[in-house]
Amino acid sequence: MEDWRDLAQVLLNGVMAGSVLMLPAIGFNCIFAVLRYPNFAVAGFATIGAFAGWVANAQWGMPAGLALLVAFLAAGAAGLLSEELALKPLRPAGPLTVAIASVALTILLENIIRFSFGNDLKGYDLPILRDWRFDGIRVSPQQLTNTAYAIGAAGALFALLAFTRLGRAMRAVADNPTLADIKGVDPDRIARVAVFIGAGLAGFGGMLIGLDTSIDPLTGFRVVLSVFAAAVVGGLGSIPGAALGAMVVGVGEEMAGVLLEPAYRTVTAFLAILLVLMFRPSGLLGARN
Amino acid sequence: MEAYLVAMLVFAGFYALMALGLNVIWGLTGMVNLGLVGFFGLGAYASALLTTKLAWPMPLGWVAGALVAAIAGGVMALIVARLRGDYLAIVTLGFAEVTRLIASNEIWLTNGTDGISGIPGPWRGEVSPQGFNLIFLALVWATVAIAFVLLSRLSHAPFGRVLRAIREDQDVAAVAGKPVLWFKIRAFIIGACVTGMAGALYAHYNAYIAPEGFAPLLTIYIVLALTAGGVGSMRGAVVGALFVMALIEGTRFLAAEIPGVSPVQKAALREGIIALTLILLLRFRPQGLIPERTRTRSTT
Repeated sequence: MEDWRDLAQVLLNGVMAGSVLMLPAIGFNCIFAVLRYPNFAVAGFATIGAFAGWVANAQWGMPAGLALLVAFLAAGAAGLLSEELALKPLRPAGPLTVAIASVALTILLENIIRFSFGNDLKGYDLPILRDWRFDGIRVSPQQLTNTAYAIGAAGALFALLAFTRLGRAMRAVADNPTLADIKGVDPDRIARVAVFIGAGLAGFGGMLIGLDTSIDPLTGFRVVLSVFAAAVVGGLGSIPGAALGAMVVGVGEEMAGVLLEPAYRTVTAFLAILLVLMFRPSGLLGARN
Repeated sequence: MEAYLVAMLVFAGFYALMALGLNVIWGLTGMVNLGLVGFFGLGAYASALLTTKLAWPMPLGWVAGALVAAIAGGVMALIVARLRGDYLAIVTLGFAEVTRLIASNEIWLTNGTDGISGIPGPWRGEVSPQGFNLIFLALVWATVAIAFVLLSRLSHAPFGRVLRAIREDQDVAAVAGKPVLWFKIRAFIIGACVTGMAGALYAHYNAYIAPEGFAPLLTIYIVLALTAGGVGSMRGAVVGALFVMALIEGTRFLAAEIPGVSPVQKAALREGIIALTLILLLRFRPQGLIPERTRTRSTT
């Protein structure tokens, strides 16, 4: 990197990539915060969102912005349904049983998508835009729009958590479920809301990933390691942590892509997980314990 | 038909070895390992590379494959064994993906996604294909038998009892003066070693390995095998492996019977059924077909 522009380009690309990772990572941590188990099915939810958005956009002719809403709702519904049917009955057996079942669940969801849509790559119906150039720095308008969508969705979640009764109740359950229960917050209802929002955000993020390239049944699974890395680096269960972690992982992967080989971006994510776990297991913004 | 049956039983042997390995890590010690396929892959690649590139004799390659996987397991356990189970799940899952990525991208070593072909097999070419299958069948199940006897003894020896104590309550085990971390690391090494051995044998049976052969679905097969057989029970691990093989092949015939679905849909249907079976088993029969029996807990 001879030039400051190269560095700026890498940082910019990293932040844009990170903002797309941010939503599934927030979704993962949102579910973890309330239910205390890692839901590996976020990969499946992301893929479902990507395909629901594709149907809305490429087949029904909705604009991408509206299709993102469809992606959110469809993935949220899929998340809620699979939680109630498949995962919730396993909760008494312990968080690890649920985690294992969620891996099976993600394979099941992936194959439902494969059965319905096949393995072929699918692209969204988007206007083709030329990259913008500022003094040698390239910006793809599509990526910039995606970043804006991601920040908008994350902002909406933060507003929900900070300013509404529901958000307060969610934070209360995440903080201390017993105490929240005593205070009259129904933990089951909060769990359902958390799963719906978490899975929905994963779906929203899945579609953003697809907008950038194309989609297939493995869309969600391909980024899952980066998503976990974002969640762990930020601190499991911390929602601002997931946002920060996603940026760190996004920039880190982009740098590794330039310095090493692009294929090793995911390896960087894995190394980030190991480093954080060795030196600061609670993550950057994780809980005290 | 006979050749098909023998080939399936050989694969069931690989699954049984992996399930035995997973049983030490997850069944006895209670540590999740969602990256089992990574250790399987390491064993396969190590043995394949050493025998094809450096012309090592096969048995030495197999031992090396098991050792490489064991070392990787030890290093990983050293880093993560003190962490909570959910972190362990994430790291092991990530480990398997990284192994596959490296195998796909270090083309100078692994030939990338094209894979390694021409891996030697014992008496391959000198005997009929079916003869080779039978030789391998004996080899794999002899290995399963050895692993089964050793691990069963281990599981009822004081060592195994400590592992179970750690699984039930590691604080109590620590208070009783057991070096919990050191036991966990050894359990991980043993489990990874057996899994690596399975991988090494697989490479020499198949004659060809490629990164796509080491997908996370294989880990699910083994978790399913152990859950079906009975987590913590060595007999259960072997029976579960046979069950999974029957299930995988059963879905093949089932899918073939359904008219009007494309090959991709059939494959999707099969993978979906297997994933669904695991979810259903975890819910309705978590103790498996052969529940674990210990002195403190008789059959329930």
